[in-house]
Amino acid sequence: MSQQDNIRGRKVKLHDMCLRDGMHSMRHQITLEQMVDIATGLDEAGVPLLQVTHGDGLGGSSLNYGRGLHTDKEYITAVASRMKNAVVSVLHVPGIGTLDELRMAADCGARCVHVASHCTEADVTEQHIGLGRQLGMDTVGFLMMAHMTPVDAFVEQALLMESYGATTVYCTDSAGYMLPEEVTARIGAMRAALQPDTEIGFHGHHNLGMGVANSVAAVAAGASRIDGSAAGLGAGAGNTPLELFAAVGERMGMETGIDVFKLMDVAEDRVLPMMPKPPRADRDSLTLGYAGVYSTFLYAAKDCERKYGLPARDLLVELGRLKMIGGQEDMIEDTALTMAKERGLIGHNSQAPATV
Amino acid sequence: MTKVKCAIIGPGNIGTDLLYKLLRSDVLEPVWMVGVDPTSEGLARARDLGLKTTEDGVDGLVPHVEADGIQIAFDATSAYVHAENSRKLNALGVLMIDLTPAAIGPLCVPPVNLVALAEQAVMNVNMVTCAGQATIPMVNAVSRVQPVGYSEIIATVASKSIGPGTRKNIDEFTRTTSGAVVKVGGADTGKAIVVVNPAEPPLMMRDTVYCETIDEPQVDAITRSVHDMIAEVQKYVPGYRLKNGPTFEGKKVSIFLEVEGLGDFLPKYAGNLDIMTAAAARTAEMFAADILSGKLKLERKIEEAVQ
Repeated sequence: MSQQDNIRGRKVKLHDMCLRDGMHSMRHQITLEQMVDIATGLDEAGVPLLQVTHGDGLGGSSLNYGRGLHTDKEYITAVASRMKNAVVSVLHVPGIGTLDELRMAADCGARCVHVASHCTEADVTEQHIGLGRQLGMDTVGFLMMAHMTPVDAFVEQALLMESYGATTVYCTDSAGYMLPEEVTARIGAMRAALQPDTEIGFHGHHNLGMGVANSVAAVAAGASRIDGSAAGLGAGAGNTPLELFAAVGERMGMETGIDVFKLMDVAEDRVLPMMPKPPRADRDSLTLGYAGVYSTFLYAAKDCERKYGLPARDLLVELGRLKMIGGQEDMIEDTALTMAKERGLIGHNSQAPATV
Repeated sequence: MTKVKCAIIGPGNIGTDLLYKLLRSDVLEPVWMVGVDPTSEGLARARDLGLKTTEDGVDGLVPHVEADGIQIAFDATSAYVHAENSRKLNALGVLMIDLTPAAIGPLCVPPVNLVALAEQAVMNVNMVTCAGQATIPMVNAVSRVQPVGYSEIIATVASKSIGPGTRKNIDEFTRTTSGAVVKVGGADTGKAIVVVNPAEPPLMMRDTVYCETIDEPQVDAITRSVHDMIAEVQKYVPGYRLKNGPTFEGKKVSIFLEVEGLGDFLPKYAGNLDIMTAAAARTAEMFAADILSGKLKLERKIEEAVQ
């Protein structure tokens, strides 16, 4: 059977990330007005799920990841009260956010939670998945940096999340590193191992320009939820552009319930004008995908380039070599300081050398 | 020289690593290892090292406390059973050093508040968490120079160095650590972030401490204080190192640390476990010195059983 035969008539839920993953690109400074404007547009376009949280999830507002312009509570409350059909979801990373913050999100109207861990550490999510279910939320296990572990080991982690109560499990290509065949292998193996009524999702990044192709491969292999962002607004070279995927999906006969023209309009008229610059696989974003580095590292690496004159690309490659994972943003500055000292760009007391 | 006799409850990784440290102590003598599983490797190892062992939990130890003169016990089990263990042993006048996240006693980070706690003659002290032991001395190094409005710590540990207990209770781990950044570290508000990294070979424990001072940071005084505090911690954790910093950007002070373990029982990358057992041993030694000098007399503390 061809890929297209596999896809025709399949029901696929699209999940917009531009108000969460897009927070990274906006350095967590999206205003409440912008959030509500975009979210209501997505709701009208028929997007069934949209995520609203600090880029690093509940409790992510910090010196390490950047402070949000508003609190998660303010964002979720502002958006949730305005939704006609769309469900507001939140990201929750155990170790960053706490159970109290998940309770708060549910109180403010969030009805879906992505509980995230690195792809080998699913057993830190038991409490949080359990609470999500207890609160009656659509509870999703979100295995990040999926390229960093072999297929069999990945499936074991997915089974753990399912055993804790996750009713959907995601393969998350946080680095935008995966190629379609790698997506097919992971999603196919998950589909074979998980319960038939457990849904499978795919979250792509566009660092190698493969966001749409990878998402199509995921659906063909059994995924029924696809994450993307209107106008691609998201970390690195952005998420899978949601309007692109919706248009491709429609041509392939997927049933997404999306009004493609309306979604295009949200991307063009509401998201694009807000962006400092449209996401693009520039030298550094491409490096993320090429070297398999967490997409969010882009911004702090660029900051270090400005501060220490150390090329962001060199820093990102080194972070990849050191096997740093999502959440270790503190190690970007640390690694930059070490490299800058070694290269004589700064003195040993971390000060820029005096210019002669 | 006379030593204070001790029991260790929990013959797992932490309990065993702690045992090796106590065997080297000038003032502590490990006498009992308490477990619940007769086939436990940890109990067998403790027996080989000359300790008395029981597989009946704390109830197996209680009848011997008086006869064997046990005065200090270390609990390296879980938060769920700690309260009962502590109640039973406190009733016999045994001081409890708690390595679980139960935190029913005051929080102790040795170079910051051990002296003050020893003077209060408390019967239960809690060792916070490994992330707390690694970072709170640095929060205090800044807050003792000038007021800190907010402090944030990020602890990254190797996947292989944290067990199923911590993983199942990661929320308590995170919250206990944030709480201690404020209560012991001396910041007005605090946040803790924990990351588990699975890289092979395993990465050494890394910790980052950010402090936001209320007024402009006193660069020289803070830098000196940080280096002094590093030296204090190195007295009991030789592998505690300043990798980068302190750096100053506006009111933000950043300190980047690495903790290499001694490799007593656990591998060297598990600096997170080493700093816990070393801090617990140091805490016990401080109390033991006061017991031996007659300055501290442990009293029996009777509490109603928790129903």
